[in-house]
Amino acid sequence: MSPRMAKALVHGLLIGGALVAIFPLLWMLAVSFMRPGEAGSLPPPLWPAHPTWNNYEVLFLRAGVGHYLFNSFAIATAITVLSLAFNLMAGYAFAKLRFAGRERLFQLMLGMLVIPAQVAMMPLFLMLKYLHLVNSYAAVIMPAMATAFGVFLVRQYARGIPDELLEAARIDGASEWRIFARIVLPLLKPIMVTLAIFTFLTAWNDFMWPLIALTGQEHYTLPLGLASLAREHAQDSELMMAGSVVTVVPVLALFLAMQRYYIEGLLMGSVKG
Amino acid sequence: MPEPSRPGSTVTNRTVRCLRVLAVLLLAGCSSSNDSRTLTFWTIGREGEAVVKLLPEFEREHPDIHVKVQQMPLSAAHQKLLTAFAGDSTPDLSQLGNTWLPEFVALRAIDPLQRRVDASTIVKPDDYFAHIWSTNLVDGELYGIPWYVDTRLLFYRRDLLKAAGFDTPPQDWAQWRQMLAALSHPDRGIYGILLPTNEYEQLMSLALQQPESMLRDGGRYGNFRSEGFKRALAFYVDTFHQRQAPAITAVEAGNPWEEFGRGVYAFYFSGPWNIGEFRQRLPADEGEWATAPLPGPDSAGVGAAGGSSLVVFRHSKHKDDAWALIEYLSRPDVQQRFYDLLGDMPARRSAWDGGSLRTDPKVQAFREQLEHVRATPSVPEWEQIVNEMQLVAAQAVAGELTVDQAAEEMDRRADRILEKRRWILDHPRAAKAAP
Amino acid sequence: MNRQHAAWWFLTPALLVLGIFFLLPVIAALGLSLTDYDLYALADIRHLRFVALGNYWDLLHQRKFWSALGHTFYFVLVGVPLSIAVSLCAALLLNSPLVRFKTFFRTALFAPVVTTVVAVAVVWRYIFNTKYGWLNYVLGLVGIHPVDWLGDPHWAMPSIILFAVWKNFGYNMIIFLAGLQAIPRDLYEAARIDGASAWQQFRHITLPMLGPTLLMVAILTVSGYFQLFAEPYVMTEGGPLQSTTSVLYLMYNEGFKWWNFGSASAVAFLLFVIMFVVTALMLRIGRRGEAA
Repeated sequence: MSPRMAKALVHGLLIGGALVAIFPLLWMLAVSFMRPGEAGSLPPPLWPAHPTWNNYEVLFLRAGVGHYLFNSFAIATAITVLSLAFNLMAGYAFAKLRFAGRERLFQLMLGMLVIPAQVAMMPLFLMLKYLHLVNSYAAVIMPAMATAFGVFLVRQYARGIPDELLEAARIDGASEWRIFARIVLPLLKPIMVTLAIFTFLTAWNDFMWPLIALTGQEHYTLPLGLASLAREHAQDSELMMAGSVVTVVPVLALFLAMQRYYIEGLLMGSVKG
Repeated sequence: MPEPSRPGSTVTNRTVRCLRVLAVLLLAGCSSSNDSRTLTFWTIGREGEAVVKLLPEFEREHPDIHVKVQQMPLSAAHQKLLTAFAGDSTPDLSQLGNTWLPEFVALRAIDPLQRRVDASTIVKPDDYFAHIWSTNLVDGELYGIPWYVDTRLLFYRRDLLKAAGFDTPPQDWAQWRQMLAALSHPDRGIYGILLPTNEYEQLMSLALQQPESMLRDGGRYGNFRSEGFKRALAFYVDTFHQRQAPAITAVEAGNPWEEFGRGVYAFYFSGPWNIGEFRQRLPADEGEWATAPLPGPDSAGVGAAGGSSLVVFRHSKHKDDAWALIEYLSRPDVQQRFYDLLGDMPARRSAWDGGSLRTDPKVQAFREQLEHVRATPSVPEWEQIVNEMQLVAAQAVAGELTVDQAAEEMDRRADRILEKRRWILDHPRAAKAAP
Repeated sequence: MNRQHAAWWFLTPALLVLGIFFLLPVIAALGLSLTDYDLYALADIRHLRFVALGNYWDLLHQRKFWSALGHTFYFVLVGVPLSIAVSLCAALLLNSPLVRFKTFFRTALFAPVVTTVVAVAVVWRYIFNTKYGWLNYVLGLVGIHPVDWLGDPHWAMPSIILFAVWKNFGYNMIIFLAGLQAIPRDLYEAARIDGASAWQQFRHITLPMLGPTLLMVAILTVSGYFQLFAEPYVMTEGGPLQSTTSVLYLMYNEGFKWWNFGSASAVAFLLFVIMFVVTALMLRIGRRGEAA
């Protein structure tokens, strides 16, 4: 095969692959601007004949999607901020502070990574029931305030901090808190950004636990609202597509803006693990 | 390695601020809807959209009460209600399918209403369809007020039947089978009837026409192996095997109204809300379709005593207000307006004597059928049993099980589901704890 | 001493969260799976019975558990190799020195990973639509008859697998890409001088060098795919004829539709045990492969 042909082949395959990957997303966007019923014709239309905002108006004015959007943001942000704080502290402690039982505790944490989260769901629901927290933001936020994976990720990264730096600060009489806030946190910034994006995306996209814990529409996140709409309005494809756009665009935008950190984190979490 | 400097402290400051905001958010999340005079009212499906239009008048009459309506999709309603009970987040009042009532009574989730009815000048038991009213009684105590009634019967294409030589709708199963055979042309994608294989109401209606109940020994065991049920199941399954109905689910059926209008199906086995749907979606064909009571095995048959009741939840803090809303929604004039908005059939006979209901020919079949309805077994596990019944029936339709095997499997599943109920009934101490 | 103290202060919040909201519930789930906790018990705790291993025994004698397990294995056994193959192909293409606009292609191929499952499942439900969907339209252009993708019990699971591969391949692609970039260039140079074909280079250099990455990717993907739930929930509701009901879907139905917490917990534990065994087996086989 000539180099020229090889080059054409590789690019052809990549263009084909990229098309398959993003076609559903582009089509979703196009259909979301179509009039009701327009997508249900042959051949399937690629482009709205008369672009309209109507579907979005229906979603926000009648279906309460604005509220779901707010809930999604509130929950994902709360989870991100809290779990970031807790994971950073614990990960740093595992990496740099010496205490009795450290290794055994860390082993236990690694063990938790193996257990699928669903095992805990039934008792967790009962626990929240007796705390009267079912159907509240807290029901979704609290269990996600720390993750074994996050602690592990931070620990791996924090091990790279030179001990001399910390010792020097201790000799200067700095308290452990001060060392953490002034010296460690700035050094952990890259992993902080990565972990924040990861956590936010995971929280935003999470489905099963919110589906269980949030029983009232007033607390629904976007995926829940969308799944519920999808069961009621299965025939209204244009409306559903607009709902999908509203759900996907924020995370897609976040990813595009912070791509570098996200992919670095992905490699850190898996390759080193 | 970047030099450690000031940013660290601003990060912690910001974290602290965020935490404070969060705490407020969390608390707000826990204690929402504690407003003293806000009524939370859950509805199922499209009733929610229609009832919203009736509420302004209620709120005018009761200026101190504000009603918050929340809609549940039909397919998720049962589960949502149970989840709300399990999570202690039940509304003040709700629409409740009357076949679900025993379940919520057994859970002691809803309040008895007899005392309120006795004192009421608006809700008069005599005015309600008797069979429907009785589905709201559990062990002699009243728990729900019928809101609208629902029974499945036949929508049919008068023109198609006539073209095939049938002047009247079927009276019994034999005639029905004959018509289905004459009207089906599966090679052209035309079928006598649409029976979505994921909906249990159709088979259940046929089974209710049989002399034997679907459960035996006071709801302790399944009775699907009875001759009667097997007859109903065989009729149901044969309709698919003779290709008089396509073996598809409601999801795949997509837009059944359109297809009915185009003559893809000559019969459509469904409920009263579809009168409104058909009128709206097929305005031109008004004269070509009609409704008829269900044919029975040997003569005109009975239907399922379905419908929705209004119930007050035990944990409600505004039971009097909830009752006021129930009384308002039970007024014959409000029931008529509700019918006009949505086509849901009023539960009160007097509401049928005025307005558009009295003259509408499409409605008469329902009125007739409503005097001949039978209730489903009154056990808390019914919804689960009937779901399992349909899953097994769908397997029989797909040819994976024979009628006998399917009936046996249904009994096995029902017996397993009812195991706990048997234990509770047979253990006096536990039974005393049960309601 | 002070430092010990500080360490515990740093650890406490995370440990409390993980302990209270994960470890404790997991232990409680084991207990719960030995009871018949259900709606009756929820209404009145006196209706709770200890049934020992009854729930497990019952499940192992029910067709619906075995068929859910069968569907899950179907999804894993077909979906994982397919996902990994597609990821590896994409990574090889991206890693080719001939490629221009590498970042653009990488981003495009990766985009489905960050999207919300529920949202894109809704989109794919329309792509799979029998009458108006793109898939059947495109197939129709080359003369293939329309397939009832989500309505035919034989096609529903393949459809979901197709969707899952589309959604997830980008993730492993990135990991493979990093693995490929870590392979020293001179190995290929040497092979080329020896006259090895592209396939031989792949077979004898790329694959062995990727070995550890491949094993890790396989294990992560398998445990992810065992937890199939949202896709069938949105696309098929577990149907048709329950052909897409996975073990987790069964757990959800048992637990949160019918509120049989006892048997739902038993389902969850069985899934955990199965996942654990499969992962351990893969590790052992992988290690042996490496040693050989």
